[in-house]
Amino acid sequence: MSGRKIGDVILDLKNISLSFGGVKALTDISFDVREHEVRAIIGPNGAGKSSMLNVINGVYHPQEGEIIFRGQHRRDMDTHEAAEQGIARTFQNIALFKGMSVLDNIMTGRNLRMKSNLFLQALWIGPAQREELEHRKKVEEIIDFLEIQHIRKTPVGRLPYGLQKRVDLARALAMEPEVLLLDEPMAGMNVEEKQDMCRFILDVNDQFGTTIVLIEHDMGVVMDISDRVVVLDYGKKIGDGVPDEVRANPEVISAYLGASH
Amino acid sequence: MSFFIETLLGGLMTGMLYALVALGFVLIYKASGVFNFAQGAMVLFAALAMARFSEWIPGWLGIESLFLANLIAIVLTVVVMFVVAWLVERLALRHLVNQNEATLLMATLGITYVLDGVGQTIFGSDIYKIDVGMPKDPVIMLESMFEGGVLINKEDFIAAAIAAILVAALTLFFQKTPTGRALRAVADDHQAALSVGIPLDRIWVIVWCVAGITALVAGIIWGSKLGVQFSLSTVALRALPVVILGGLTSVPGAIIGGLIIGVGEKLSEVYLGHYVGGGIEIWFAYMLALVFLLFRPQGLFGEKIIDRV
Repeated sequence: MSGRKIGDVILDLKNISLSFGGVKALTDISFDVREHEVRAIIGPNGAGKSSMLNVINGVYHPQEGEIIFRGQHRRDMDTHEAAEQGIARTFQNIALFKGMSVLDNIMTGRNLRMKSNLFLQALWIGPAQREELEHRKKVEEIIDFLEIQHIRKTPVGRLPYGLQKRVDLARALAMEPEVLLLDEPMAGMNVEEKQDMCRFILDVNDQFGTTIVLIEHDMGVVMDISDRVVVLDYGKKIGDGVPDEVRANPEVISAYLGASH
Repeated sequence: MSFFIETLLGGLMTGMLYALVALGFVLIYKASGVFNFAQGAMVLFAALAMARFSEWIPGWLGIESLFLANLIAIVLTVVVMFVVAWLVERLALRHLVNQNEATLLMATLGITYVLDGVGQTIFGSDIYKIDVGMPKDPVIMLESMFEGGVLINKEDFIAAAIAAILVAALTLFFQKTPTGRALRAVADDHQAALSVGIPLDRIWVIVWCVAGITALVAGIIWGSKLGVQFSLSTVALRALPVVILGGLTSVPGAIIGGLIIGVGEKLSEVYLGHYVGGGIEIWFAYMLALVFLLFRPQGLFGEKIIDRV
């Protein structure tokens, strides 16, 4: 693909089990993610892909298992901690701040990096002002990168779906994350939008070296852009490896085609 | 003519005070998506604290000066409102993240009763007065333009000015500062706000604290006009139609809504009252709100509710 070098394991999930009441969403799932790679999680509807992402991001707390992120062992994640530690995410059903402009939405991604206190902010003086301008500059770079200059001031609620997805990605990028979790970044898009999104994901990975974990339905797309793929079915892991391995895995084929091969 | 202007000005000033209470609703709704039923109770609580502190402080500290005593009382009350905000977050809201709006509304109903009860237990349930030294004497203005001039109450005038300054400051805070942006973000989507690392708990304390301070300002102004007593908490009911008119999410809406209702009820009382036997002032605001609910439910300035099918 490019000059990026896949590094050591940055995120390691061990024996994760998650259930809601009596319903088992994930059963004993282990896999790892290496630095700078594009790692995909695929599987049929209800396989537990989104649950997996929510575990990494700290929205769900698994009953069993261990999460090792950058060498630190944890029982589970906490959303705020995940954000602080450099894990950003986008959402399957776009969770943007609809009443706010594109620019303001993306600026919220800088929130954690803002240091000036409330009092200085309120007076809009000294360091607070300088800081805001610096963050604004960074955000403008991201806006350029994702080619959304023309909608900068538009309230997000008015944008078409494809562009909203892009703003969602922009907000996550504004956090300058180490690991970026993408929940079905291409769902509901037309072919052209999908191609754009693929290009952006690869560019992010390539230019910023961001590690990417993505969930996707579209097998073709996944196989094209991922380094390694995990396959889930009914909350269990049924495959793990490079795209070609996964494609040849009989269990994966039957899960997708619904027949024993 | 001068009578008309007097009525108009009187309406505008009452309207400004409605706006002040309405602002408390809007702030909390904007920042947390919670319709805070407890705003009225907060006004009463703040006013009670203020009235009693200013009464007690000369005794506690041996201060003679009324100004100094009031100043200390205000600072103390702000601290108390901060503690209230912190407790509300800690004991109620924290456990209700991501619950639906009705649940949160019920929680604020509960907070109303707790605040009413606790407030009157600590500070007493008599009628108290707040005297921050606002001039009570009426003045006559614009004598050169109208015969006899226009009679206005200095106190109302100052109160309206204070309210206007507060409103302007809050608008800037919401629109221009990173914290304001974070507050708006939380209002739109809890989950997404968490994912970018906005600390929900801190944001909620800040917003309840700011709402507490607007409640204090409203409490001081209403309290020094009418005395501090339980009925003060029903001032909030007068602010409900204002919020509906102006839109739950709009700070300017709260102000303009307040002014329209203030002026509307005064003018209609004076000029239409005798056709229906008077008493319009009491229900005018609610009728107007009802009309708005029928034709423009998001209010004058509220964010349009757009649903994708």
